[in-house]
Amino acid sequence: MADERFISVEGIARRYAVGDHVTTIFEDLWLALPKGAFTCVIGHSGCGKTTVLNILAGLESPSEGAVIVDGHEISGPSLDRAVIFQGHALLPWKTVLGNVAYAVASRWKTASRTEIRDRAQRYIDLVGLRGSEHKRPAELSGGMKQRVGIARALSIEPKILLMDEPFSALDALTRGALQDEARRLCAEAGQTVFMITHDVDEAIYLADRIVLMTNGPGALVAEIVENPLPRDRARDALHHAAAYYPLRNHLIDFLVTRGGAFRDNLPAGYDRRRPPVTTQWPGAPIAPTPMAMATNFATR
Amino acid sequence: MIGVRARAALLSAFIFLLSMVVWHMAVHGGGAGGPALDPEYAKLMGVQMAGAKSAMPGPLDVGAKLVEHLRHPFYNNGPNDKGLGLQLLYSIGRVALGYTLALAAALPLGFLIGMSELAYKALDPFIQILKPVSPLAWMPLALYTIKDSGLSAIFVIFICSVWPMLINTAFGVASVRKEWLNVARTLEVGPWRRAITVILPAAAPTILTGMRISVGIAWLVIVAAEMLVGGTGIGYFVWNEWNNLSISNVIVAILMIGLIGMILDQMLARCQRAVTFPE
Repeated sequence: MADERFISVEGIARRYAVGDHVTTIFEDLWLALPKGAFTCVIGHSGCGKTTVLNILAGLESPSEGAVIVDGHEISGPSLDRAVIFQGHALLPWKTVLGNVAYAVASRWKTASRTEIRDRAQRYIDLVGLRGSEHKRPAELSGGMKQRVGIARALSIEPKILLMDEPFSALDALTRGALQDEARRLCAEAGQTVFMITHDVDEAIYLADRIVLMTNGPGALVAEIVENPLPRDRARDALHHAAAYYPLRNHLIDFLVTRGGAFRDNLPAGYDRRRPPVTTQWPGAPIAPTPMAMATNFATR
Repeated sequence: MIGVRARAALLSAFIFLLSMVVWHMAVHGGGAGGPALDPEYAKLMGVQMAGAKSAMPGPLDVGAKLVEHLRHPFYNNGPNDKGLGLQLLYSIGRVALGYTLALAAALPLGFLIGMSELAYKALDPFIQILKPVSPLAWMPLALYTIKDSGLSAIFVIFICSVWPMLINTAFGVASVRKEWLNVARTLEVGPWRRAITVILPAAAPTILTGMRISVGIAWLVIVAAEMLVGGTGIGYFVWNEWNNLSISNVIVAILMIGLIGMILDQMLARCQRAVTFPE
């Protein structure tokens, strides 16, 4: 049960005061993320997704409420929670190796130079950047920079990986390649991931669960969608899966229409503390749990 | 076809030669015939002035003087007769000392101001009022309080070079990108390590710009300061040679001041390039 609430967002609020006027981005927000799962949040700009991520990262503090990670309330940033920033945020005066080694040296403060170097090199190899260790970020393409960002985040072996629209600044081809990479790396490491995106297809491809947030101010977690597609889904076969289009329609329908009106007519029995986990929508596969689906696929 | 670089060099050489010729002709009367020395006036001034040219030297006189100075740059024949190189070394020493002290004060204070809005707001009025004060205006106060002309000159260098470094350090530190600081925060980097590994490299190009401006001002000010305090240094040399009416020496000194100023600037420009990072 602890694994089901590995990360537990408990009644957090974030308010900004401008003069006497207080804007509430969201309040009384509850969300639980299971261990080892890839969770995507989608919602419109300004719904507070980034604020939630920053609070999880410890870069911002909630105005109310708390976030529990692995049984401990968080207070500020931690090496247990790595962030992949939207703008890659590499230190431009350091090389690729320098950037990753900086993170490694921050994690293992007593490690020797060679240990730090070897570990950094291992993660650079992992994201396919062998040969570019001694380049500076300015010499890399956007996709390569974000690979360094991924290597840096994974190199500290975090309990959770937080990603804030990490691929949104990339062109479509590079984005696809990096999504494959991110999927592979996170699956191999059994990494718990919390990722923000506004790209429905990215969410469907990557996520085990998709969290739908309504528009802010006063944003809510409307529902959590269990992704019915098999866990070892492949990008090129994705749109052939029977479950794909109904799921995609369900998500887009939320973003376009249901999301806007959700606040004004909350469904009966809606509990902010337990946002509904949905597996049912028009055209959804009947009843199977995601785990059963995965098994089915594996044995097929 | 030769490149722009070579053509520019040729043009420079031409401009140099042309100005030398114009200078030479202007001093020696040229073909147009400058105001000839009135014979009556010459008689009044004594025989040695008869037929003498003006005190303004021509390029050849200055050139000869320059060679003479370059041959013996470091001789020392007492307080009023020291080699040009020796005088320049005195000046460079004063600038180095005052400038280093200013750097030692400006860097930590600039960090503090850049990192704390409170410190910035509290210190801003002082900086704004003191910054535009001519460094030489401090001289009487320095002479009165320090009671030593040599130290006063160093103080003046300190006070004139501290402001650009202080302001640029504060600005550079304050404008370190938030995402880089967030990287340090998520990696739980402590304040000292963060200052040295993130803030300092990020602010270094801006700090070096301030240092470059400062060294230029310091070199401008040292000449004037030494004219006031006297004794040694290139500023004192210029004033002393003016009193001797040796305009050749004054012109040679001007060339040397320009040359050293350029070298100082180029040295810092090189450091600046070394710490600048492309984004």
